Amino acid sequence: MTDAKDERRPAGELEAAVMAALWASDTPLTPAQVQAELSSGLARTTVTTILSRLYEKGTLERERQGRGYAYRPIQDPHGLTALRMHGELARDSDRESALARFVAQLTPDDEQVLRRLLEEGL
Amino acid sequence: MTTTLLLIPLLLPCASPFLARRILDHRSPVAALWTLTVSALLLAAGTVAALGTFAVTGLLKIPAFAALGELVHPLRTPSERLILPVAALAAGLLTLGTFALGRSAVRQAAGLRTARSQAERRSTAGDLCVVDSPHPDAYALPGRPHRIVVTTGMLRALRPDEREALFAHERAHNTGGHRYFLAAAELAAHCHPALRAVREAVRLVAERAADEAAATAVGDRRLTARAIARAALAAHAADSDRPAFTPAATTGPVPRRVAALLSPAARTPRILPWIAVLLAACAVISCATAATGALSVHQDIEVAQGEASR
Repeated sequence: MTDAKDERRPAGELEAAVMAALWASDTPLTPAQVQAELSSGLARTTVTTILSRLYEKGTLERERQGRGYAYRPIQDPHGLTALRMHGELARDSDRESALARFVAQLTPDDEQVLRRLLEEGL
Repeated sequence: MTTTLLLIPLLLPCASPFLARRILDHRSPVAALWTLTVSALLLAAGTVAALGTFAVTGLLKIPAFAALGELVHPLRTPSERLILPVAALAAGLLTLGTFALGRSAVRQAAGLRTARSQAERRSTAGDLCVVDSPHPDAYALPGRPHRIVVTTGMLRALRPDEREALFAHERAHNTGGHRYFLAAAELAAHCHPALRAVREAVRLVAERAADEAAATAVGDRRLTARAIARAALAAHAADSDRPAFTPAATTGPVPRRVAALLSPAARTPRILPWIAVLLAACAVISCATAATGALSVHQDIEVAQGEASR
């Protein structure tokens, strides 16, 4: 991906990418770390802008680290309720039809095929 | 004659599972999505029209309803002894189908509502809604605005570039309006049991369409294939305590999607998509015979009402 391509992407998609990187990490991340993690040619200033915007919206919390800040997602107080609802949703087989899920369940054969493909350097 | 005509729309959908399975390999996913969905709807309409005509015919053989229908002569039907059980069966199937469809619609609407209220409650960034759950899962949540819901388990199972492929896939579901295709396939599957196989084909081909869109968006087919494979394995590992869902001998949908992405993109089939033409022909014949049968019965009813002469 080139710089130009990433800078042209809609703001929402960039926010989503930054947010995903923070959620995937166990520790708070600095703008530099987010930029390195995404490795997608985003300018540091762009990452910093997105992070401070998300912080102002109350989506992220931050702590001092060195001369700047490290950010992490705010754990929502309703987290447990939402998690339970999510569990209910996941058990309902009808949701299969209501929502297009990324991956369907695998048969043991499927699992072997996929493992072999990945081992062969897919 | 009319009875035979009306049996055709009930039998034609039985050919659809075979055709639907073949169409997956032959067409671009978006074209296949349209062909399958429209054909399924037409086949479903033919089935309902045929069943409805049988039910009405039988009903008008009952004196009370014949009086209500202002029949002055008895309605002419092929076999007096056969028509009542057939009509009762048709009416029963229609009632059952309607009931099952209603139940499924209510449950799916409830599922969507739960998902939406959950998404509203979560902190979102852009269109992404993260659910803090170790179970890897991701889905598109259409609405205003469109959202994509991803669990932390899924985010951690994938590398950053693979996450971008996943997001592009879910966004393609939303912008492609795939939920309408899925709903139409669901509707058709409730009209004729043979159309359930077509519903599965529609689901798979909608995933394929989103996969292709994702591959174009991230500019890398291998990367998209890898994201799907790794996400599926992560989800599989997380719910290995659940019983396997089908011990099917055939390859499941995920390896088929991966294989399709690994094959070269430039696969524009110059051969005439016979299978698609065949499926569309089945659908059109089904509707045409159902309409002819229904019109013929309508004519008989008018004769019985003394409004038309034979």
